[in-house]
Formats: sequence, C-alpha cells, structure tokens
Amino acid sequence: MDALEIARWQFGITTVYHFMMVPLTIGLGLVVAIIQTIWYRTGKPEYLRMTKFWGKLFLINFIMGVATGIVQEFQFGMAWSEYSRFVGDVFGAPLALEALLAFFVESTFLGLWIFGWKQLKRGVHLACLWIAVIGSVFSAYFIIVANSWMQHPVGVEMVDGRPVMTDAWAVFTNNTALVAVPHTLFGALAVAGAFLLGIAWYHLWRRRHDGVDVVGKDGKLVPGEASIPGRDKTDYTVWMTSLRIGAVVAMISFAGTAITGDLQGKLMFEQQPMKMAAAEAACHDGTGFSVLSVGNLGAKNCDDIVAVIEVPGILSFLAKGDFTTEVKGVNSLLGEYKEKYGTHLPDNPLYGERAGQEIQYVPVMEVTYWGFRMMIGFGGIAAFAALLALWVTRKGAVPESKWLMRLAVFGILAPFGANAAGWIFTEMGRQPFVVAPNPDMNGIDQVFMFTAAAVSPGVSAGELMTSLVVLTAIYAVLLVVEVKLLVKYIRGGVASAMPELAHAQDSKDQDDKNDDGAGPDKSGDDVLAFAY
Amino acid sequence: MELLPTIWFVAIAVLWTGYLFLEGFDLGVGMLMKLFARNNTDRRVLLNTIGPVWDGNEVWLLTAAGATFAAFPLWYASLFSTLYLPLLAVLAALIFRAVAFEYRGKVDSERWRNRWDWAIAVGSFLAAFGIGAALALTTTGLPLNENGDRVGGPMSWFSGYALLGGFGVVAFALVHALAFLALKTDGDVRHRARRWFVRLVPFAVLPMFGWMVAVQFLSGKPWTWALVAAAVLAVVLAWRLARAGSEGRAFSALGAFIVCATASIFGAAFPVVIPSTIDPAFNLTISNASSSDYTLGLMSIVAAVGLPLVIAYQSWTYWVFRRRVSAAHIPEAHGFLPAIAAKVMVSKDSSSSIPNQAGD
Repeated sequence: MDALEIARWQFGITTVYHFMMVPLTIGLGLVVAIIQTIWYRTGKPEYLRMTKFWGKLFLINFIMGVATGIVQEFQFGMAWSEYSRFVGDVFGAPLALEALLAFFVESTFLGLWIFGWKQLKRGVHLACLWIAVIGSVFSAYFIIVANSWMQHPVGVEMVDGRPVMTDAWAVFTNNTALVAVPHTLFGALAVAGAFLLGIAWYHLWRRRHDGVDVVGKDGKLVPGEASIPGRDKTDYTVWMTSLRIGAVVAMISFAGTAITGDLQGKLMFEQQPMKMAAAEAACHDGTGFSVLSVGNLGAKNCDDIVAVIEVPGILSFLAKGDFTTEVKGVNSLLGEYKEKYGTHLPDNPLYGERAGQEIQYVPVMEVTYWGFRMMIGFGGIAAFAALLALWVTRKGAVPESKWLMRLAVFGILAPFGANAAGWIFTEMGRQPFVVAPNPDMNGIDQVFMFTAAAVSPGVSAGELMTSLVVLTAIYAVLLVVEVKLLVKYIRGGVASAMPELAHAQDSKDQDDKNDDGAGPDKSGDDVLAFAY
Repeated sequence: MELLPTIWFVAIAVLWTGYLFLEGFDLGVGMLMKLFARNNTDRRVLLNTIGPVWDGNEVWLLTAAGATFAAFPLWYASLFSTLYLPLLAVLAALIFRAVAFEYRGKVDSERWRNRWDWAIAVGSFLAAFGIGAALALTTTGLPLNENGDRVGGPMSWFSGYALLGGFGVVAFALVHALAFLALKTDGDVRHRARRWFVRLVPFAVLPMFGWMVAVQFLSGKPWTWALVAAAVLAVVLAWRLARAGSEGRAFSALGAFIVCATASIFGAAFPVVIPSTIDPAFNLTISNASSSDYTLGLMSIVAAVGLPLVIAYQSWTYWVFRRRVSAAHIPEAHGFLPAIAAKVMVSKDSSSSIPNQAGD
C-alpha cells in the first residue's frame, strides 16, 4: 500500500469507529434529557431510575466519542496537509466554530450535569443536560456543514487555484447539509431506540426467567419483587417504559431517515450523479430500481452487470419524483466526467506516483451498491422489529424465548450498521474526488480536488502505517473495554447506577419516598454526586 | 501589517494561553496521580477536583487547533504534518487519559484502578510534553521546504527546543497542579501540595524560562523581553504568596506567569508562525499562511461573541464547584450487586442481608 491508500484506510477506520460512538451519544443524550424532563415534571421514581441508568451508559459511551473525536480534528493536518491547505479557507471555519460554539458547550455543561446532582437546583441541573444535548446537535450540524461542502462545494470562488469563501451564508445553509443534518440526527435516534429496546427486553426477559414476574391466566403480566436492590415492582415499570420509548423512537426515527433520505437522494442525483448511478450499479440510462444485480461489480467494464430483479419506474421516482424520467447510467456519465475533468491526473508532483495516471471516475461499485442497500435494509429491519416488539409486549410481558431475547439484544447492532453503511456509501461514492465537483450546477463544477492530491507530501508511508496500526490497536482494545463495561452495567441493572437503592432496601416502605426526591440525601454536605 | 491576520495570531495565542492555564493544572493533577497521591482516597480527591472541568479545559486545545486550521490553514497543515509522530503520541495519550478518567472508578478492583491511574499519569505527561514540544518548535523552527512540507525523515523536526518546550510545559503543569490542589482541597492533600509547591516552583519554571529566553534571542523585541522580566516577578510572587499560605493568590500569580510566558513567546515569534530552518525565505508568516479577509472577518465576529460566552459559563462552572474537596467527602467505592446474579431468591420480605461489594 502506498501513503495515499494507508491514509485512506486510516481515515475510514477512525471515522467509522468514531461514528459508532457519536450517534449513540446524540441519540441517547436526547432520550435521557426527555426522560429526566418527565421525572422533573411528574416526580415518578421510575423516571429517575431511567435517567440514572441510561445516563450511566450514556457517559460510558460519551467519553469514547470525545477521545476519538480529537483524532478526527488532528488528522486533517497530519495526514491530509495538502487537502487542508486547499480547503482551509472554507473548511476550517465550521470545524473551528464546532469547537468554539458547540463542543465547549457540550463538555462544560455535561460536566455540570455529571457532578452537579446536588450542587444545582433540579431545574438548573436538568437545563444543563438539555444545553449539553443541544450542543451535541450543533456539533453535528457544524461537522456536517464541513462534510457537505466536500459533497457540494458552494459559496466559494477559485483564487490562485484555491477555493476562497465568498458567501458564508451559502456554506452554512448548503442544501446538502440541510437535508443531511436531520438525516443524521434521525439515524442517531434510531441507534438510541434500538439500544433501549434491546436492553429493556433483556431485563424484562430476565425478570420472567428468574421468576420475579409472572404471567397470569389472562396473559397479563403480574410484576413481582426479588430480594435484590432495585429489583422491585418499580424496576419492572422502568424496563417496560424503556422498551416502549425505545420502540417508538426507533419507528419514528426510521420514518424520519426515510423522508430525509429521499430528499437527500434527489439532491444527490443532481449534485453527484455518478455516486447515485454507482449506488444502483446502473450502467445504462433507465428508470428501473435494481432489487438484485449480479455480475462483477468491480469490473471496469460496466456491461457485465445484469439487473436480475428490477422494478421499473422506481429509480426515476427516487431521483426525480416521477416514474418516467430517464436517469443517466454510469456509461453516459463517464463520458461527461471525462470531458469536464479530464481523462488523466495532472502531471504534478503532488500526485506522487499517481501523476499522469488514468482517472477512475466510477467508485467501487460493490461498496456503493451494497452500502446503499445495507443502510436501508438495516434501518428497515430495526424499525419493523420495533413494531413487532410493541405488538408482542402489548400485554406487558416479553416472551420467554431465549432466542427472541438474543435477537432483541443483537438487534441493537442493526442501526449501527445502517449508520456505518450510509457513511461508507456516501464517502466512497464521492471518489475519486475528495471535494466533489457538481456537474449540473452552474459555477461550482470547477471546484474540486482529487483525493490523490490531498495526502501530506512530507509524511512517509511508514509514518502513516505506524499511526494506522497504533490507532487501530488502541481502538480495538478500547472497544473491548467499553463493551465489557456496558455489559457489566447493563447486567447490573438500575442499582449499578444508583447505589443508594441498596441502602433504601433496608426500609422498603420508604423506597418510593426516597426515589421521589433527588435520591436519599443522607449526606447533605457531600460535594460529590458521583463516585469518581 | 494586515489587521485581521494579526488579530487571529493574537486570538490563537490567547487560545493556547487559555489551554496551558486551564488544562495545565488538570494535566498536572493527572501526573500527580502517581507522583503525589499516596492512596486511593487521595487519588479520588485529586480526580474530583478536576472531574467536572477537565473536558471543558481540553476543548481549548481543540479550539486552538480548529482556529489555526480556519485562520492559518498553511500553518496548521505544515505544523501537524511535520510533527506526525509526536502528535500521534499526543493523540494516544489524550485518548487513554480521557477514557481513564471515566472508567477507573467503574470496576471495583485494585488492578483495574491501577492500570487506569497509569494511563492518566503517563497520558498526562505525554500530552503535556508533546504539546509543549510542538509549541516550542513552531516558535523556533522546523525543516520546511518551499511548499511547507517537512524535509528529511520522520524525526528531522527534532531539536533541543523540543525538549525545552516539552519539559517546560510538563514542569509548569506539575507546579500549577500543586497550586491548584492547595486551593481546591482540604486536609492532608492541601498542606502537602502547598509544601511541594513552595519547594518545587523555583526549579519547575526553569525549562519554560529557557524556552522563553531562547525565543527572545532568536526574534525578541523590547516589549517581549519586558514580559520575560514580568514572568520572573510573577514566579517570585507566587512562591512568596504560597509560603505565606495565600493559596488563591499564589495560584493566580502562577497563572500570571503562564500568561506572561506565552505572550513573550508568541510576541517574539510574531509575525512568523513557523520559521523554516532550511531557508528563511520559506518561513510561514501571518501573511503567507492566512485565510482570506472574508473568512477571518466572519470568524472574528463569531469569536467576539463566542469566546466571552465560553469564559463566562466556564467561570460559572468553577463557581458551582468552588468548594474544597477532601478525603471526608469521598464516599465508599460503590460496588453493586448485579441484578442478574447467579441465583435469585424471590421473596416478599427484604430481611436478607445485602452484600456490600460485588466487583466483577
């Protein structure tokens, strides 16, 4: 592998990894904020328990997003210095604003939330969480503005071969970003929904399995109590409510991703037609959506690909909103791209050994075709499963089946898969460009950069390989640690996040009263709310 | 002289000052987890002094880097690509350190905590050293060619200045943390921290002075020399105040030292952002490395609103957590009995005893 390929693998691995933590942070943050708001308004003990429990898992995950996010900001300069020089005038601003306006807010107010359970008034404490969560949403917005500019480089003029920002409003209201932001946020909520659903299912199943809860003759569930801290009747309500919230969030968010995804697709057919043609493995112009295509997707000759099952008209609908407009296939786009952007990379030392090589305008079609389908497929499966889960549990009980429980738990991975597939599709589909020209748009079709010219010229392949190995190894170790901790705290149940439940057990009658307030306040002098 | 690039040079210097001032003490506290704390309770006291604020402090680094990217893309690109391996070490250090803060208390086991304590201590050291080295090198010179790319191998950036800057920030962070602990804790930790501070501060600032004076000899101006003198005064003041038991003022005086230090260093380097050791003609300056006036103008407006806001709500955080932490405040480590235990007895009465700990 040469420097460029290593740098691309590194960016891909670190970004996909980072974006496992991020959607859970954003989605779960929103859900915890809503739950704490309900507790604030109703004072019901189950909502306090849910806030503490899901909040604990949220924090275990949040820190991983923070830690891996620093790598993202640094590696543009480290591995992609030529890219940074080229785009800095316009691309740097959203990154700087993300740190200044969003990440400061997120980390400062989350610190207040974690440590401020007792120092702050209940309302202020809740507000801190909301501010942090809104910060994370703004964070997503700024990052997607930056990314969308690579997909649809608006608001600039070329000066001395570099894009210079001339219209900040255009950059920050880039239509690509305006549809990508809600799409990403719904994607994040889908992750949180499945997370709640799977884990709550597990606990409900376990309660039945252990004989705590019993199903009566009428099929309705009778909650019981076990002699373990926190495993009382309220505990049942915690999980059942969580399951229902999770399922509803999962379904709403899938509908949201579908609607915003459709808008995004229609834009993308205009802005990056090659990406969408490659998503369809559509070699020839046509109207049909491929359900299954066979042949060598990786072959240079697009003619080998045969659509086995094709639904006429659907592709046109996805692209244009009607059933008859012909959508351009790879073969006709190829000619247009070659005419506009040349057939060979410039003979410039910036391109390294790739200087003068023929340009491959068609992205890797195995990735775009299947990435697109995995994104939709995983998302759809998760939403359908959520619907089924609501139906199955309508009488308050989850089935005794161990396999169904396992399915619910592993179902947590589906929206993660959909998120990853979506990003891999859209980033790989942009190749061979790192900043993609938009052929049909007037004025910005000459703003582009080939990925081959973006890597740091002064950095050796050896250095890049070192960082690829080091970062991948660290990430692998930390993934194991994070999952182990999550599993430990999930198995621990609510008591793992609320040690005070163990004390409350001694006087069970007071249990609910204790939960009503801000927890048992035995040590009013305690400056520490969390045991760190 | 261009106004907007100058403003942004100053802004970035301010961001680095904020970073060194704030994360300075939490990096130092991190190192003290192994150097100073005597037992687990001490460590938890240390951790709880920075717990609510360290992440917010670290964002100053991200903002400094992001602002450099936006305002001086060529500075950002050359600095970060040239220092590839040291910055990789900084990244690894920051990752482990951040995760360790959150995870060390999550499993009730001595071995588990000890591992993460090492991650915090070594991570804090490496991060402080690497960032100090990077800042020293950007103010003293890197082997850059006409495109701003590194000439020579992966280690060709190395010079004595890297050591000076690295140790400068590490040693400063240590004493800054001692001053912070004296101010933020009570009991044994507080008194020991103050004693350590009084003893160490005269030596700990020496490498930083070495870096300051070196930059003055390379490109100093009368007013930046004056700042070096002011920095000396600030340290003497900090030392005397600490000896007199005035912890808050000692901490502030050391804060004044780091402000004078960064101001003298960046002021001396101005208007060069990276001198090229290959040929002065390849120097990156605020003129040839900056973004367009349009971008800088936009950023100026946002920063003029955003930065005071950040300072306001971060100050509020310190106010909320203004109380001293002491061993008496540290609750017992909370192990918990997993709901999913091996055998669960279903019963209506809750008289059965509850095990205290259930560490995995």
